[in-house]
Amino acid sequence: MGDGMNGDNKITHVFIVADNVLSPLGKTTAENFSRLKENQSAVKAHHNPEISQQPFFASLFDNDDFLPTNPKYTRFEQLLIASIEDALQNCNINAADKKTILIISSTKGNISLLETETYSAELKNRISLPHSAQLVADHFGFVNKPVVISNACISGVLAIITGMRLLKSGQYENAVIAGADLISKFILSGFQSFQALSPQLCKPFDQSRDGLNLGEGAGTIVLSTNEKYKGNLKVKGGSVSNDANHISGPSRTGNELAYAIKKTMGSAGLSTSDIDFISAHGTATVFNDEMEANAIAIAGLKSAPINSLKGYYGHTLGAAGLIESIISLKSLQEGLVLPTAGFEQTGHGTAVNVVAKQLRIRANNFVKTASGFGGCNAAVIIGR
Amino acid sequence: MLSEKYITASCTIGKGIVNKNGIKAFENSNADTPGFLLSLYQHFKLNYPKFYKMDNLSKLCWLASEILLKDDFKPHLYQPEQVGIVLANANSSLDDDIKYYASVKDVPSPSLFVYTLPNIMIGEICIRNNFKGEHALFVQEEFNAGFIETQVNYLLDNDLLEACICGWGDVLEQDYKAVLFLVEKEKGEQSLPFSKDNMNSIFISN
Repeated sequence: MGDGMNGDNKITHVFIVADNVLSPLGKTTAENFSRLKENQSAVKAHHNPEISQQPFFASLFDNDDFLPTNPKYTRFEQLLIASIEDALQNCNINAADKKTILIISSTKGNISLLETETYSAELKNRISLPHSAQLVADHFGFVNKPVVISNACISGVLAIITGMRLLKSGQYENAVIAGADLISKFILSGFQSFQALSPQLCKPFDQSRDGLNLGEGAGTIVLSTNEKYKGNLKVKGGSVSNDANHISGPSRTGNELAYAIKKTMGSAGLSTSDIDFISAHGTATVFNDEMEANAIAIAGLKSAPINSLKGYYGHTLGAAGLIESIISLKSLQEGLVLPTAGFEQTGHGTAVNVVAKQLRIRANNFVKTASGFGGCNAAVIIGR
Repeated sequence: MLSEKYITASCTIGKGIVNKNGIKAFENSNADTPGFLLSLYQHFKLNYPKFYKMDNLSKLCWLASEILLKDDFKPHLYQPEQVGIVLANANSSLDDDIKYYASVKDVPSPSLFVYTLPNIMIGEICIRNNFKGEHALFVQEEFNAGFIETQVNYLLDNDLLEACICGWGDVLEQDYKAVLFLVEKEKGEQSLPFSKDNMNSIFISN
C-alpha cells in the first residue's frame, strides 16, 4: 500500500504539467536539451577576483543576465521569477488559485548580500529566504504563503517530493516548484576550504575524479492532480533518509541512500526491472560517487544506465534536483539518455553502468537521486 | 490509514528558560547565547565532545533534543529508519553565516562553513541518536504549526515514520528559541493529542 491512496483505493496521480531549466546553457528546457545533445557544457575556467583569488572551474551566468527588472528584486529573485514565468507561460495553471501552492528550494538565497551590505536589521530581513519567496509569490499573485525548503543539496529533490505529497494529501491541486542558487565568494570559498573543488572540469564516477565544479541555475516544475493531464509524465514516488554518520562526509556504505531508493520504488509500486535509467547526484568527489555507486548496487540497480549531469551544469546546489530531474524527464520523453560529461573510465569499488555515450532507449521510468551535507539523501521516481 | 498521534514529550528553550513537558527544568537568564548553551550542556551533565564543534544553532537544537528524549523516548521500540525529524526556522543558518563570512576575510574556515546550512542541526540529532528516517528543514517567517502538522501527519499516516521529532529551532545572535515535540503513535502517560493547537499552546508558553 503506497502513500497517497485514499479511502476507496484510488491512487491520486501527480502529473507534470510544465517545466523550465534556466542556466548558462539556455533560458528554456528545450534550449538546454538541444545544447546538451550537442555535448555543450557550461563549465569553464573563470578568473574573477570578486569570487576567488585563484582561478576556478564553474558554470556561471554572465553578470548581466537576470539583472532585476524591478529594483525591489535581487538577482537571485529575478532568476527565480524568470524561470517560473517561462514554466507558467506554458501551462494553464493559475497562480492565484487557492488550490495552488508555490514551493521554493535554495541553499543560500541572497547570501551574497553579506558581501556587499553592512549587517543590520534591514539586511537580516532582506537576506531572509521566506522574504525572497514571498516577493516571488507576490509577483505572480500566489494567494498561499510559499513553502521554503533549505536542506542542502537534496533541496530540489525534496521540493519535488514535498509538492507530490501536498498534492497527494488533497490539500492542493497544483504545485509550482522552483529552485535556484547563485555562486558567490561566500559559497566558493567554503567549498575551497573543504578542498572539494576540482582544479579542472569535473569527472563524475571516473577513476581520476578529483572534486566538483559549482554552477548557477534555476529549475521550475509544475505539478497537478487534475485528471485532464492524464497521459502526462508523473511523479510516482519519493523518499528521504539520513546517514546518521557525519555532517560533511557521506555514509561509507551507501545503505541509507539505497534505503531511500528502495522505499521510492516500493511507494511507486515498481521493481528494479521497471527502472530504465538513473540520474545520479554524481558530484565527482571521491567519496560521493563511491557511496552512490554502492547505494545503487545495494538497491539492485547496478545494471541500470546511470549518468551525472554535473559535467555540463556544475553542482547547482538548491537548483540541482530540479534542473537534473527536468533534463532527465526530457531524456525519457525523447528516449535519449545523455552521457556523463567528464567520465572516461570507471573508478570505484562497485561496478555500475555509467553512460559514456548518448544512449537511445525506450524508457518508462527513471530514478533521480541526491545526497547532501548533514547526511541527507533523497530519491524520486518520474515516469509514464 | 489515519493513525492516532500524540505529543508524548515537549521541550522549549527560550529567554534563559528551559521547560520539559511544561515544567521548568533550568534557568539561566544572565548569559549570552553561547554562555547559556554551555551552561545547559553542563547542567544536564551531557557528555558528547562533538558538542564543542557545533555552531549555536546546532547546539541549541541538539540540546533541546537531548532534553526532549531523556526519560521519554524508548529507542528499542523503533528501527533507525522509523524515526525522523521535521524542523523549521526563520533565520536559516544566518547566525553561523555571519561568522563564516568574517573568517573569509582572513582564512575561510571549513569548520564554520559546514554549519552554513540550516539542516545540519537535523544531521547532528540524527548522528547522536542513529535516526535514519525521513526529515526536512523548512524556512518560514514564524512557526507555522498547521504546516508542520500536515507534514508530520502525512509521514505517520502513510507509515513512512513511526515517530517524529518536529518543531522549531532558531538562533540569531542573542535571540534563540527551540520548541521540539516528540510525536508517536502510542499514547503515553502525559500525552496530548498531536494537533496544531496543542503545538501552538506549548510554543507560546515560553
